[in-house]
Order: sequence, then structure tokens, then C-alpha cells
Amino acid sequence: MKQTPLYETHKKLGARMVDFAGWEMPVLYTGVIAEHLAVRNQAGLFDVSHMGELEIIGPGALALVQKVTCNDASRLTPGACQYSALLTPEGTFVDDIIVYRKGADHFLICVNASNGDKDFEWVKGHASTHARVENNSDYYALMALQGPKAKEILNAVGAPLLAGPLPEKPFTFVETTFEKRPLLISRTGYTGEDGVEIYTSPADAPAIWNLLMEAGKPLGLLPCGLGARDTLRLEACYPLYGHEIDDHTNPFEAGLNWIVKLSKEDFIGKEALSKIRSERKLVGLQTEGGIARQGYQLFAQQQAVGFVTSGTHSPLLDRPIALGYVKNDFSEVGTKIQVDIRGKKREAIVVSLPFYKKKNI
Amino acid sequence: MILPEDLRYSKEHEWVKADGKQATIGITDYAQDRLGEIVFVELPGEGEEFGKEETFGVVESVKSVNDIYAPVSCRVLEINDPVVETPELLNEDPYTEGWLIKVELSDPTELKDLMTAKQYEAFLKEEGE
Repeated sequence: MKQTPLYETHKKLGARMVDFAGWEMPVLYTGVIAEHLAVRNQAGLFDVSHMGELEIIGPGALALVQKVTCNDASRLTPGACQYSALLTPEGTFVDDIIVYRKGADHFLICVNASNGDKDFEWVKGHASTHARVENNSDYYALMALQGPKAKEILNAVGAPLLAGPLPEKPFTFVETTFEKRPLLISRTGYTGEDGVEIYTSPADAPAIWNLLMEAGKPLGLLPCGLGARDTLRLEACYPLYGHEIDDHTNPFEAGLNWIVKLSKEDFIGKEALSKIRSERKLVGLQTEGGIARQGYQLFAQQQAVGFVTSGTHSPLLDRPIALGYVKNDFSEVGTKIQVDIRGKKREAIVVSLPFYKKKNI
Repeated sequence: MILPEDLRYSKEHEWVKADGKQATIGITDYAQDRLGEIVFVELPGEGEEFGKEETFGVVESVKSVNDIYAPVSCRVLEINDPVVETPELLNEDPYTEGWLIKVELSDPTELKDLMTAKQYEAFLKEEGE
């Protein structure tokens, strides 16, 4: 298994490690629920260095990004980023991504750990001579500081990390340095809370982690693992590749219409998406009788109507929640559904999404 | 790792407290620790019968679902409702408040096949814990 630059840090903290996409990653330190609630109420610090970073550079960079993604990157000024996706010609997902515009001709794309090589080959395969595509995942470590106290913690660390102001608006970022090496801080995250993601040079990751933990501990900052990352993103209804989205799903049925800009000049998947009529929809489910896990079958009126894509225990709601695809006729909020949980049919109900939305104070 | 001396232990990390022809069954401190925060417990109905090593229930944490196996052949007399309502009890107190079922033993001689506290402790060490 591969290890991130923060591996020793996790071992010292007594993290329980697991294999995720070929990486040895912390799944929890103190406990999934405790870490989850820390993020919702104070702050949590995640190592997500297993994710990949592609860079596209050159006069043809924008054109290439526009070609391979479904959102409109021309709206991005340097210092702005957007959630987007790489699609197949059939309009299904190669991956969901965040596209950062570092300059007029320079983009950084953050990709899922499980799809790093695939995405690199995909983008490179569509490149012209005017754009250079690089897989720079080995040159980045990535941490996420998430929670209502994230901003306070960053300000408490101050000068070593923040040469200038924090990125203020969501989906904006600043580029700065840490001991003369590049540092990128973006106001993004996968938890549904305020917070930042910090791209550093691998050598600096442990020092920056320690600076954040030192400043954050008095404010309730906890190190958080992939277990809490999953419960948090599920409460906020963010999709996970391989669950809600994959190469058999299109953005419309996944509820991601907003990242598809059909008014954009041709992009891979545009033609298919212009004609697609989805027969199913991603819905939220309130379940009971245990957690409804990925693959569990859904029934209504004695017929099979879909399947669960992700399920977990929601620490905030203190009950099981799930996401799943159901046939359109059964997707209305309030529809009663049965979930087959290990041979027993349990009652569930379609609820509105998201399960959790942070209050804008 | 808490290991009460008066209990017998199974390889699947259940404990049995025998009292004549009756017994109380639960999961060990090691088991609840490995599971993490328990969010759901499924227990059988009163009167149900189980052979030795048959699944009698389910314990579920955020990350995993685990069957619980009957360490001895038995008939269920009583289940611990509070644990079904408040699964965290299993994490907090697996040996007293967190008991799972009270049973009538079908064959009390099976008890000697289970491990003592010392044997279970050695077993855990062998498993690399």
C-alpha cells in the first residue's frame, strides 16, 4: 500500500489504518461519531493526500479543460475554482473533480484517489499540442480543515501559513508560500461545513499539520479519518465516485444538472446529454432496522424499484440515512419504499435532500 | 482490555455467564472496541432456539455489520430491550448493562468447550491483539 507524507503522524496519533484505493489511510482516531460531531461543532483536520492533482498548462489549456469537462471553466478567473466532471461520450462519469484556475493558461484539477491514473490518461488522450498535461500527484500533499472554527484556527496560526488574506468566498483560493515552498489554500470541502483545503509540498505536510493541531486543539480541533469523511459527506449529500456516480450514471439522474452547461461549446458528452431522458433518480432515504448499505435492493408495491448507493448512521440525526436510485415514479418525497436489509424488508421513506445543510450565520 | 474472571468466552468474542441451567450472553470488551460506535443491534425473539455457533443476532457499527453467534445451544428467555433502544450501551458496558440475551441452556456440558478469561486473553494475544 502507498503511504501519504502524514503516515507517521497518523501512527503517532494511534489512528486505525485501512486500505483505501491502494493507500494506507486513517479511518478513525478516536471514533467516527466523535470526529463527525467535532467537524459539525468545532473543527476537524483530514489527511486527503491520496487524492490526485493533474495540471494543464499552455495556450490550449482552457480549450482542453472546456473539452473534457461539463462545467464552464471560462467563467473562472485566476483564484477561482469549480466543481465539475469528466464525462464519457455517453454522458456518464469518468470522475467528479474540482477545477482550479491558477492562471490564464494554467489549471489544476483535483481528482479522486481511485481514479488518478485513469483521469490522467483520459485528459492526456484528448490533449492537442498546445496544452501540456501533467500528473503532479506526487508533488502535492493535501489536508482539509473543516468546521465552523476553521477560519479562527487558520487566523490563530497566522503568518507562517497566511502571507496574506484567507480566501473569503467559497470556491476561491489563494496561492502563497510556506518556508519558500508553494502553498495553495482553497475555500472548499467535502463535509458541508465552512473550511479550507490546503495543498502543500509533501515535505511540509507534517509541519503544517502540527501547526494547525497546535492552534486548533484549544478550540476543539480533532484529527478526523475517512470514516467521518464519509458520514459527513453523506449527510451533506455529496456524491462519491463508485457509489452515486460512475460510468453508468449521468449527471441529471445524480442531481448534478447544475454542473452541466449545455450552452457551452462542444464538450465530451454534450451530444448524449442533450438527448438523454433518465428513467431513474437519486433520492434520499430515511431507513430503519440497521444501515441500508450500498447494493441493497429497494422495493415498492412488490416490485423492484432501485438500489442503495450509500448508507450510514447519521450522527446528527441519530438515525440511519441512505442515498439510492429509484425509478422516477417512486422518487417523490414521502414515497414509502422497502429496503432489503440482509433478507428482511424494512420500511423506508423518500426524504428531501440534503439531510443536513449548515446555517449561514 | 476488561476480562471478568467469572465468565466463559468464545472464539467469536461472545461471553457467557452461567447460573445453573440458565445463562446470560453478551459480547466482549474486545469486540465492542473493534466494532467502534455501535449504532444498531438486532436480537431474536423470546422462545427462539439456537444451536451452538448459530447466528442469533447482528451488531452494526458505522463501518461494519457483524453476526453474533450463540456460544452454546440455548433457548431465549429474555432480551435486553435497553440495548436495542440505546446501542451505545454495548460500547459503554459490554459485561453488565450491555448484556444481550438471557437463555436456558440446552446442554450445560458445552460450557467446558468455552475459554476461561486467561485462555481468552492468550487467544487474543495469538490473534495479534
